[in-house]
Amino acid sequence: MNNLLEVNNVVKKYGDFIALNDVSIHIPKGCVFGLLGPNGAGKTTLIRIINQITMPDSGSVFLDGEPLAPNHVEQIGYLPEERGLYKSMKVGEQALYLAQLKGLSKAEAKKRLKYWFDKFDISAWWGKKIEELSKGMAQKVQFIVTVLHKPKLLIFDEPFSGFDPINAQLIAKEILQLREEGATIIFSTHRMESVEEMCDEIALINKSNKILDGKLDDIKREYRTNTFQIGLSTSNTLDLDAILKENFEVTKPNFKLLSNSFMANVTLKKGDTANDLLSFLTNHGEVNHFVEVIPTANDIFIEAVNKNS
Amino acid sequence: MSKLQLIIQREFIAKVRNKSFIIMTFLSPMIMVGMGALVYFLMQKNDEKVKKIVYVDQSGLFSKEDFINTKTIHYSDYTTLGIEETKKKVEEGNYYGALYIPKQDSLELLAASVEFYSKDSPGMSIMNSLENKIEGKIRNKKLTDFGIDLNKIESSKIRTDIKMYNFSGEESSKLINGLKIGVGAIAGYLLMMFVMIYGTSVMRSVIEEKTSRIIEVIVSSVKPFQLMLGKIIGNASAGLLQFFIWGIILFVIVTVASSIFGVDVVEMQSSRVPAEQLEVAKQATSGGKGQLIVQEILRLPLLKLFLLFIFYFLGGYMLYSSFFAAVGAAVDNETDTQQFMLPIMLPLILAVYVGFATVINDPHGPISVAFSYIPLTSPIVMLMRVPFGVSWYELLISMMLLIITFVFVVWLAAKIYRVGILMYGKKPTYKDLYKWLKYKG
Repeated sequence: MNNLLEVNNVVKKYGDFIALNDVSIHIPKGCVFGLLGPNGAGKTTLIRIINQITMPDSGSVFLDGEPLAPNHVEQIGYLPEERGLYKSMKVGEQALYLAQLKGLSKAEAKKRLKYWFDKFDISAWWGKKIEELSKGMAQKVQFIVTVLHKPKLLIFDEPFSGFDPINAQLIAKEILQLREEGATIIFSTHRMESVEEMCDEIALINKSNKILDGKLDDIKREYRTNTFQIGLSTSNTLDLDAILKENFEVTKPNFKLLSNSFMANVTLKKGDTANDLLSFLTNHGEVNHFVEVIPTANDIFIEAVNKNS
Repeated sequence: MSKLQLIIQREFIAKVRNKSFIIMTFLSPMIMVGMGALVYFLMQKNDEKVKKIVYVDQSGLFSKEDFINTKTIHYSDYTTLGIEETKKKVEEGNYYGALYIPKQDSLELLAASVEFYSKDSPGMSIMNSLENKIEGKIRNKKLTDFGIDLNKIESSKIRTDIKMYNFSGEESSKLINGLKIGVGAIAGYLLMMFVMIYGTSVMRSVIEEKTSRIIEVIVSSVKPFQLMLGKIIGNASAGLLQFFIWGIILFVIVTVASSIFGVDVVEMQSSRVPAEQLEVAKQATSGGKGQLIVQEILRLPLLKLFLLFIFYFLGGYMLYSSFFAAVGAAVDNETDTQQFMLPIMLPLILAVYVGFATVINDPHGPISVAFSYIPLTSPIVMLMRVPFGVSWYELLISMMLLIITFVFVVWLAAKIYRVGILMYGKKPTYKDLYKWLKYKG
């Protein structure tokens, strides 16, 4: 059993509205799994089903090989998109309360909280009320509360919203550290650069359906367009442009080069290889730039969603 | 510690630590006692003021002996001045009013033509005493005209005091009836206040969790039903603590006050009891009023009363606060609660009105009985009926109905609660609530 979480054919309806339509995802142990999708696609519903906040109408969910059961809440940590803590409750008491609800003993919770509060250098906040803290400060407390009980599965919904770049970096580092320690992480976000940076696998949900999933690298390979950015020094730019267009698909360059050279985006025709293009180019000048355009997560997201609509 | 216990503990502490709770707990008994003392003081002052009433008696029927000064009313005879002159004088001077008894041919006409002039509307009690005076005088005059000896009439007057027993041979009295009304009314009223204060407190606490968005974190750890139940129990515990503290403070204040000022607490209380019961109490003065009241109270089935009080108190509170929790879950902020609050408050208020209107007059009448079965009103109405003795099968029916309804309402409220706490945005309609009931899990 290599998958920590298996969601099989889950359907969820609210009245006549279908929130999830036969969605299956498999999340391997120890990976960072990006759960992506436009607003209202059904991500939150899926996350709530995994958290047993709502039950699916049909389909099944397995955590570590066992059908999802009430005692599993202690093995899951959830940071919802809409953060919230009791405003008039003191930071320390609140953290202790939430940790105990996740099944930690009071003594153990205290010990672990001390570790995290020292690590984030926020021990001075222990006796303060949440309403006295800034938004970013409250987010840190919430992050600690989410991971304190060392869950096998961590679910972060937009974990970086509300953090400045420095603290976002700090949290990203902690998330990757948690993965090193064996946790599996579901990561739901709209910030595609953090998907590139952190996710091993992704699933894309659009309009209640899963439209794409797999290893990020595989998906990128699948979505590659065989387009290359080229740059070369040549005396005869106009001729080159014409000859190039005869043999390949050429579009305007969307990149910049430091040297003053001929630039273009060139897409290979079927059957052509990168070597064909390269040898063609070397015959016409000195190649100083030759890079395959790899689709970004952002490109894939937009393309897949548009194709689906 | 179980999760439910954790939640109860948190809700209790959150409530008790709240500044308004602390202020309410310690200040309101002071305010209550202070208000009571103020009213008592003002009433004393009010009575001390002497009212000057003048009379113009042209009938010649009345004499000085008919208008004897009392502590608060001083009469003066202005007959010689004539009514017009007197009216002018009274209007200008510091008088309470002028009584005009004109000369008439017959006593009947006289009775219908007596007039009273005053600057402001006269008090009811003064008018009553004046009317009594005139009626009595005219009646006596008529009796003598009929040739009846007034002395004989006087000596024929006799007082009866019917002794009341129930079939188990216990003697009851009007005093104990008064006490029963008092005990029932206080219990019913307390329950209503408790439901209103702590029910809305449950509701507010639910709304707070929704608006602060912590709810999603909590329900990823515990079942919504546990959270709802914990909230209801936690708030109730805080409420019971508050009542307990109030009881102690009131007891201390009353004890201290009566020893310092020498106020006879029993007398203060009995002055509020209707006159006829006061009469009974006065007759028993030989045994000491306080002793009598204590004796009478001890004759009530105290243990049964106490146990039933606890049952209906908790049952009623739990029933209503489940509704309040559901309402809190359905809305985003307190201003949206209005439309849902009315149907909850209505039976509560109805129960108190029915209780005060029917139970006091006829504790075992059909309306009282019906409302003491209907679960939404039974906690209050039955609590008011219980001191008068309610048969065990009636209690059984009422309690069973309450328990069944309670289970049903909690189930219903939990469904609305579970869906509502995660719904934001549009204010739901009743139709939406109905739809939520059908959502699975």
